Amino acid sequence: MSTAPTTQTELPLEPEAGRRKLSTAKAMVEAIAQQMHTDENVFVMGEDVGAYGGIFSSTTGLLDEFGPERVIDTPISETAFIGLGIGAAVEGMRPVVELMFADFFGVCMDQIYNHMAKIHYESGGNVRVPMVLMSAAGGGYSDGAQHSQCLWGTFAHLPGMKVVVPSNPYDAKGLMTAAIRSDDPVIYLFHKGIMGLGWMKKNPRSIGAVPTDAYEVPIGKARVAREGSDVSIVTLSLSVHHSLDVAEKLAGEGIDVEVIDLRTVVPLDRAAIVASVSKTRRLVVVDEDYQSFGLSGEVIATVAEALPGGLKHVSRVAVPDVPIPYSRDLEYSVLPTPARIEAAVRQAVEG
Amino acid sequence: MTVQSALSKSDKLDLLRMMVLIRTFEEAILREYHADKSPGFDIGAGLVPGEMHLAAGQEPVAAGIGAHLSQGDAMTATHRPHHLAIAHGVDMRKMAAEIFGRETGLGRGRGGHMHLFDPEVHFSCSGIVAEGLPPALGQAFAFQRAGTDRVAVAVAGEGAANSGAFHESLNLAALWKLPVIFVIEDNDWGISVPRSASTSVPSNAIRAASYGIPGIRVEDNAVEDVWAAVGEAVRRTRAGQGPSLIEVHTLRLWGHFEGDAQGYRGDLDGVPGRDPIPTYQKHLSDAGILDDAAFTDMGETASATVEDAIAFAKSSPLPDPADALKYIFTEGARS
Repeated sequence: MSTAPTTQTELPLEPEAGRRKLSTAKAMVEAIAQQMHTDENVFVMGEDVGAYGGIFSSTTGLLDEFGPERVIDTPISETAFIGLGIGAAVEGMRPVVELMFADFFGVCMDQIYNHMAKIHYESGGNVRVPMVLMSAAGGGYSDGAQHSQCLWGTFAHLPGMKVVVPSNPYDAKGLMTAAIRSDDPVIYLFHKGIMGLGWMKKNPRSIGAVPTDAYEVPIGKARVAREGSDVSIVTLSLSVHHSLDVAEKLAGEGIDVEVIDLRTVVPLDRAAIVASVSKTRRLVVVDEDYQSFGLSGEVIATVAEALPGGLKHVSRVAVPDVPIPYSRDLEYSVLPTPARIEAAVRQAVEG
Repeated sequence: MTVQSALSKSDKLDLLRMMVLIRTFEEAILREYHADKSPGFDIGAGLVPGEMHLAAGQEPVAAGIGAHLSQGDAMTATHRPHHLAIAHGVDMRKMAAEIFGRETGLGRGRGGHMHLFDPEVHFSCSGIVAEGLPPALGQAFAFQRAGTDRVAVAVAGEGAANSGAFHESLNLAALWKLPVIFVIEDNDWGISVPRSASTSVPSNAIRAASYGIPGIRVEDNAVEDVWAAVGEAVRRTRAGQGPSLIEVHTLRLWGHFEGDAQGYRGDLDGVPGRDPIPTYQKHLSDAGILDDAAFTDMGETASATVEDAIAFAKSSPLPDPADALKYIFTEGARS
């Protein structure tokens, strides 16, 4: 069992992006491949991660590069193979395990929250679980109530695992690199709509500049995706892009929107949230996860605790506690669409 | 059985010695647990609070497994873990200290008696039925990848064999020929539900056939038969021949947990006569291997070891409540 901290060479933190462009999926794969080259203890495991290359292209090409000993297709036995990842991590390996859809956590959650997340604490810090559990999240393509959920708030609610949610290729690579090198268990949730897939509607920013060499985006650090002075949108994942699109549109009307991309849910960068809202005094939280008892409430509570009584506006645009509907217009009526975000921002500045 | 003849006289005495050590520990915990919970039983009171699942009667399983393992082998245990921990060489002082919730415990008081982790001997346990099995696969996977002949032994109760985690684990272990040995402790009871009301087959060992691996059931809580079955399974596994499943019909001598009045239990009258320690003591005495003085000496030696561990625990500092948030993550390490 691994008891000692791993000594690793330092990597650059958030270097210049350069000019080379990659999709989010390819940026993730590049991060995994670089760490597999650097550390023989890193391996990839999950359903259809081999010849298929990951249903959402999160492992494309890794089988050819590293072979079936290190890129391993599993049976549809999430409890067994996630548990296997935990045991391997406990013995000093660094598994990158894919749970095909975040929605599937229900069949294996005990391994995730009672074992992966708690062993370090229960052992009084004597046993480490350096494991990445990556999973596809999000809707918008009529995949119905069991294949469209985000659920980062569910993982984040349970102590002992870090939760990262990149919104773009640059962060996807840097956060994956940081997650693999972390000695803590990390849940890595990628929205299907930002992967840059050819077979799904994608945001133009799902292809972007990515440094060639390995680097880290620090876990727990939000990013100001757009500076502004009138309203703070605190958001993450695909909703960052919707928020930026709305901000660009409203800029023409003289409404100056700041967009905070959280990038990590656990640990939450509360200082970045408070700093932004201290400036704008207006907060709109945009979250594709369910509205109640989750991330949007946590962001608002953070602000309420830090800035009591000091806000001109607080609201949220989230999924209103309903299973994600199948039929397209129904689904889009509950997702945090640009139209809903725009309406919330207008209300924030007018109200 | 011819295999049993491989046990030397001293091996047999070692098996009994381990069983006595385990029983002595469990009796000491029993004593300490109840010492300050009266009048009236309050599960949260006293120096050892919380649920307490003691393994008296199940010593043959632990002794029979432990004899075949070395420090480099892994073991995952259940909510009833003390016997297995002791037989696998977990530091008894640190284990006792953990049970007493002390800073010197295996988990610095964060784990408790169902959550014992000793990385020195690759021991862990899980309080969730059957869910300790999958991590054992990963330990076995790591041992296999490192090119070693180390094995992992994954122990669960008979109730676990009706859980998905059990079947997923057997399939995956068999598929990948992982060096893991599954041991089912059939103590007849899932808390208050008899195995006849929970399990569709007379022996969980026959479930091994579904996964194309050897399965054997050991009857009568017979420690030498456990030793033989585990020995053969470990030999196969170390030779790269993959996993095995062993079910041992053992005995829950006491309640599911302390405070369990066992009103549901119709077999209680016969329980004392099935106690494996006097049974095996008599067996060795009849064979001329053990005399009364040697048995007394075993008890006294065990008592000295156990009381030292208990005293260490009770004299150890409690964790500082201000440190309750330590160890959620690997503070100080890269993250």
